Amino acid sequence: MTAVLQAEDVTKYFAGRRGLFGGHRGVVRAVDGISFAIDGGKTLGVVGESGCGKTTTAKLVLGLEDPTGGTILFEGRDLVALDAAGRRNYRKSVQAVFQDPYASLNPRMRISAVIAEPLITNETVAPDAVRTRMLEMLDLVGLPARSADLFPHEFSGGQRQRIAIARALVLSPKLVVLDEPVSALDVSIRAQILNLLRELQDRLGLSYLFIAHDLAAVAHMSHEIVVMYLGKIVERGEAQALAREPLHPYTKALFAAALPSHPDERREDVVLQGGSAEPAQSAERLSLPSALPPRHGALRQRGAGGARRRRSHRRLPSL
Amino acid sequence: MSQEPLLSLEHLSAHYVSQQGTRVVRAVDDVTIRLGAGETLGIVGESGSGKSTLALTIMRLLPPAARIVGGRIMFEGKNLVDKPEAEMREVRGKRIAMILQDPMASLNPLFTIGNQVGEPLRVHEGATRANAWQRAIALLKSVRIASPQTRVAQYPHEMSGGMRQRIVGAIGISCEPRLLIADEPTTSLDLTIQAQYLNLLRELQREHGLALIFITHNLGIVAKMCDQLAVMYAGRVVEKGPVARIFNAPAHPYTKALLGSIPRMSDNRRQLTAIDGQPPDLSSLPAGCSFAPRCPAAFARCRAEAPPEFALDDGRTARCWLAAPGVAQSLDAQAAK
Repeated sequence: MTAVLQAEDVTKYFAGRRGLFGGHRGVVRAVDGISFAIDGGKTLGVVGESGCGKTTTAKLVLGLEDPTGGTILFEGRDLVALDAAGRRNYRKSVQAVFQDPYASLNPRMRISAVIAEPLITNETVAPDAVRTRMLEMLDLVGLPARSADLFPHEFSGGQRQRIAIARALVLSPKLVVLDEPVSALDVSIRAQILNLLRELQDRLGLSYLFIAHDLAAVAHMSHEIVVMYLGKIVERGEAQALAREPLHPYTKALFAAALPSHPDERREDVVLQGGSAEPAQSAERLSLPSALPPRHGALRQRGAGGARRRRSHRRLPSL
Repeated sequence: MSQEPLLSLEHLSAHYVSQQGTRVVRAVDDVTIRLGAGETLGIVGESGSGKSTLALTIMRLLPPAARIVGGRIMFEGKNLVDKPEAEMREVRGKRIAMILQDPMASLNPLFTIGNQVGEPLRVHEGATRANAWQRAIALLKSVRIASPQTRVAQYPHEMSGGMRQRIVGAIGISCEPRLLIADEPTTSLDLTIQAQYLNLLRELQREHGLALIFITHNLGIVAKMCDQLAVMYAGRVVEKGPVARIFNAPAHPYTKALLGSIPRMSDNRRQLTAIDGQPPDLSSLPAGCSFAPRCPAAFARCRAEAPPEFALDDGRTARCWLAAPGVAQSLDAQAAK
């Protein structure tokens, strides 16, 4: 099977803050040589903490940022080499659903306009065909046709997220970037949206790049998971296997920090030393455990086999 | 619990009333909860279920539009509802402390950490400036902040999110309260930082014999931290009891659905059990049980009559007709026919 999207050794550096007297300018390695592939109809989950480069990765995939190095291939063609028409086509094929449906919908536009806008800007379609397509989309995401004439404030968070999904799908994309699509929603609504996303994937053969904090949700949604830390991928694997048995010490710590889904699963645990690392200063602030490659320092395990889940109580790390 | 509980809410109700008095939002409605010293209670619910209003009610910090319309808040044997404001001020921060969701908003950017951590000591215990400063250093140390001597003189913007949240924790425990209410204490934190902070809270609880109330929408936090759980829906406690019992066999359909809707690391269900529909508008609740319109098990009586709190034999209570004595059997009998 050919990959819909393939990233090879992609890097993105940002210039850091300059000192007071214009001295040395640091470099923030937001994404530092990552490679991954997303197959048709599959979901790639990306997990990691703030500052690990998840969002930059999403921006690179969406074409909102150009990579500093490496190549991103979409259906075998290099994004950088695309001409204007190719680029337009790419933008149509890759869509996004964002975290906060209260911020991502224009409060002054009716739902019909919100959903139809990408269609009108990107394709030449007759007005009545636009309306038909828009109503199809509403039906697809499980909203009644009368929603078309309402404004975003008349909807709840879950319904707004459905509208955002309808807008993302109106151009029949191949890949949808889901950046924390349920974290702003109520618990009882999250399952509705996750189920909808899975159902749409099955029906339309969509590929997803699923970015989220909630490890269980990522494990539930993804076929493959990559774990990012300081701009690099530290572990990748088949979703269930990785969730069941993480290998990299960082992944272990991350999954151990995840909250249990049942009181019987309580554990006290591998706790990471220090705050979450920041890409700009990572090199100097962290002490390195032998198990980790240099630069991945924030971890220090105590004792042999420290990543095993333990009941013993641990002293809290100091920042 | 045979001994006197530390905190006992008895049929507590707090409503928001609009200016003309035409709209009444029953944010907290007939809530009865008991909490013993050193215990941890989790209050879960969706946004708008009244859990934060409940916390504010216990502290008597409701906004002007809201008022306590009934019930009692018994804390250390005294009813907080009819305490004069001046006496209430001696309870807040000293006997009951609160940690809020956003540490950036609850710390004053213009004052040093030492000043803010020491403030409750100066207010409640009349500590001198120098003494409060010294004790602030000790408190920072107890919430595991490295080099407290330097940190104490710094300002909130110089701290990371996790450190700020710990500082808020230090302020919370400064006067050795008996009860600490944490309202969504970790929502703004990263996963590993959240784990650190929760462990810290548990350690503090053990050291000081604190009772903790966790207000959260995250059942994972409840599973990790709490002994007792109260599930709120539309202003009412629909189910409460020991955490493990509720997780193993939820009695209320809402609790059951909520537990079924969270993805678990270990499962490979294709579909999560979603709860259809939306949480109700608290100012126009449906007649009968407020969960009935979304409830898969609802029957005629649910739509007509709101269920009272039924006590189950394992120490739980549930507001559901299915939990009424005799109902389960008669339904089983119907199903058998």
